[in-house]
Amino acid sequence: MKSFPQGIHPPQMKDQTQSVAIKRFDFAPYYILLLNQQIGKPAIPVVKEGQEVLRGEKIADADGDFSSPIHSPVTGKVVKLGLSLDLNGAMVPSIITAPYPASSQIPQVLNPSNPLDCTQEELIQKIKNIGMVGLGGAAFPTHLKLKSSIKKGVKTLVINGCECEPYLTADHRIMLEKPEQIIQGVRILLKGLNAEKAIIAIEDNKADCLPVLRKFITATDKITVEILQTKYPQGAEKTLIKSLFDLEVPSGGLPADLGIMVANITTLFELGALLPLNQGIIERVVTITGDGVKKPGNYLLPIGTPLEFILEKLEVNHRHPQVIFGGPMMGKPVTCTQTATTKGVTGILILKGKTQQATSPPLACIGCGECVALCPLYLNPYEMVKLAQNSRLRELRDKYHLFDCFECGNCSWVCPSKIELTQSFKTAKSQIQNLKLHPLKTA
Amino acid sequence: MRDYLKVVVGPAPYIRKRRSTQVIMAEVFWALLPIWGLSIFKYGLVSLLMGLLCLIVSVGFEHWILVLKKQKPLGVLHDYSAAITGLLLALTLPPSLPFWIAGLGALISMSLGKHIFGGLGHNPFNPAIVGRVFLQVSFTVPMTHWSPPWLANRFFSIFESNLAWPFMRPVLDGVSGATPLGLFKFEDTPTPWVHFILDQTSGCLGEVSPLLILLLGLVLAFKRALDYRIPASVISITLILSSLFYLVGKGPDPLFVLASGGFMLGAWFMATDMVSSPVTPLGVWLYGGLIALLIVSIRLWGGMPDGVAFAILLGNAVVPLIHLGTQPRVFGTQKRGSLP
Repeated sequence: MKSFPQGIHPPQMKDQTQSVAIKRFDFAPYYILLLNQQIGKPAIPVVKEGQEVLRGEKIADADGDFSSPIHSPVTGKVVKLGLSLDLNGAMVPSIITAPYPASSQIPQVLNPSNPLDCTQEELIQKIKNIGMVGLGGAAFPTHLKLKSSIKKGVKTLVINGCECEPYLTADHRIMLEKPEQIIQGVRILLKGLNAEKAIIAIEDNKADCLPVLRKFITATDKITVEILQTKYPQGAEKTLIKSLFDLEVPSGGLPADLGIMVANITTLFELGALLPLNQGIIERVVTITGDGVKKPGNYLLPIGTPLEFILEKLEVNHRHPQVIFGGPMMGKPVTCTQTATTKGVTGILILKGKTQQATSPPLACIGCGECVALCPLYLNPYEMVKLAQNSRLRELRDKYHLFDCFECGNCSWVCPSKIELTQSFKTAKSQIQNLKLHPLKTA
Repeated sequence: MRDYLKVVVGPAPYIRKRRSTQVIMAEVFWALLPIWGLSIFKYGLVSLLMGLLCLIVSVGFEHWILVLKKQKPLGVLHDYSAAITGLLLALTLPPSLPFWIAGLGALISMSLGKHIFGGLGHNPFNPAIVGRVFLQVSFTVPMTHWSPPWLANRFFSIFESNLAWPFMRPVLDGVSGATPLGLFKFEDTPTPWVHFILDQTSGCLGEVSPLLILLLGLVLAFKRALDYRIPASVISITLILSSLFYLVGKGPDPLFVLASGGFMLGAWFMATDMVSSPVTPLGVWLYGGLIALLIVSIRLWGGMPDGVAFAILLGNAVVPLIHLGTQPRVFGTQKRGSLP
């Protein structure tokens, strides 16, 4: 079975949610749409306070090309244009809408058309118009990724259905329940890229998706499904390409440099489901799980659902939970529960226990070398963490390839002394980025 | 005012491997106990007392340092690293060594070998070897006086020299058994390797059946409490080098080299000390190869019969240099890491 060297096998923790069908979550009394939820410039509101909006109507437009529009998740009224809190507790521009309680909340189908009849340019414009971003967590505008991939002559499309993060099962459920839309999305993206072939990569713990997906692949499709070993981080772009083609993305480069574009399976599903209707992205499947949730499962959540509403509905009422947007390995901690979900939230993990720091504080590094033996990018976390602790940033950046690290968390996971390696690399990166304002003195 | 749910925040990842430093160290310590047990069976009461003494001195010293550092110990044996050092040191001492010298050795191990650098994780050398080498250089005569094993009254008596007063010339026992390595070096008499397996030879307290040490080492390697690549490279390179010399008629039987002296204990329990050994994949093999080369050289041309301790000490010393030259090739780069 294809795989990449090194990497880890953390406990899967997927049993709680992987066999339960996707459920629609209750409608919240209000929705907070953060305008900076995509990478790039914040979207610009095109509605006024008090204005009535329809479900799926565009309420904020992209600010130039390096941005993405946002659509109203509900039929209702714009309550407020102003600042709201993001997951870190920072104030960011937002639109708050309140649904009409009596409304049926049927999406407003704007103008159905067959995307496979469009030209490449029209298709990219359409993808931009529906506000599509990378739904695997990065929230990078899809139309930009397409444009740069076309420029670099990408010929192979890889669809990432690995979902290597423990706990998360949203991609697995989508593959089982909506294979037709996924394959439709792949056809659209192949057309948009003018690529030669597409490979859907899934881990062997989701092998039950294989016949389901194959059923919808016709003989004329240039789509294959590959099964990869269940290993973390199989679903990271670089390791995924290593597993599939035994090619290494150049240090500091992108998969496009090898003529490959990687897209998440949820992105493809939403493309296949929404683009034929030219409907904006207004909801997504989110895995809500962890030992702090009484009713774990995969929920269809409108974008912008307030986190407090989710916690209340799922009866999270013990004293001090940890709430994480994303998976347990690479997820972001929520420091402020008055925020809302965004397009990039793949899962919400609610854990009862104390933080690692509180259970056992870090000991000194004993040099076991496990981090070096497990790093999927063959970095040397053992040396790097010492440099990071001593703020030897230039050395870290230039000699140890700090910016190649994609923060998979393997080194922190394995460390027997419980040293926060990954966190120290994140800190060092932001230190270096801040220092660019004031050039680093030579070390 | 609304009652907001308070959340706790910590850095990712939110799941961690259970295995802790304390557990790894404890496994190594438990693996040393059978060796100590066999040594007690072989040398009697003196082995028991020597081991306990070194354990008490090193663990006691560690506790004193923890008090000075205002740290709370994790348990009586804290993180087990001091206990490993103490027991390992005791296993490298000759049976008739005066107890005060053994105690001093444990003290040197823990102070000059470990805590002077900042404690666990900061020592460049294996602390037990620092202690052992200190004693070997400072007290050459008692450190090279060997007693025969399997003495009839070993469980009820100790050697007279064990109780020598500090800084007095120790009265060494009349009974003296040369070690197989000494016999080979100075009298050119080889010992068949079967004698080692059956524990018929004299030497340090820990120079018990190499088969038992090998077995325990393999268990630890399987549990990932030690890096199997280090003993693998030490043993394989030693085998290759000593076979070459054996074939040209200038050295002992390769199996004799593997079975004699502190070789097995050194290869499996001392060279593998995580703190003082390299972490890079290529570096580990280089380090093992260097130790093997040094052991074979010292035994062939050096003034000492054994030389395992010195070989590992020198190996430890070049670890930073090995790290400089063996940085792993970063994913997506052509050359090996760009270090000066």
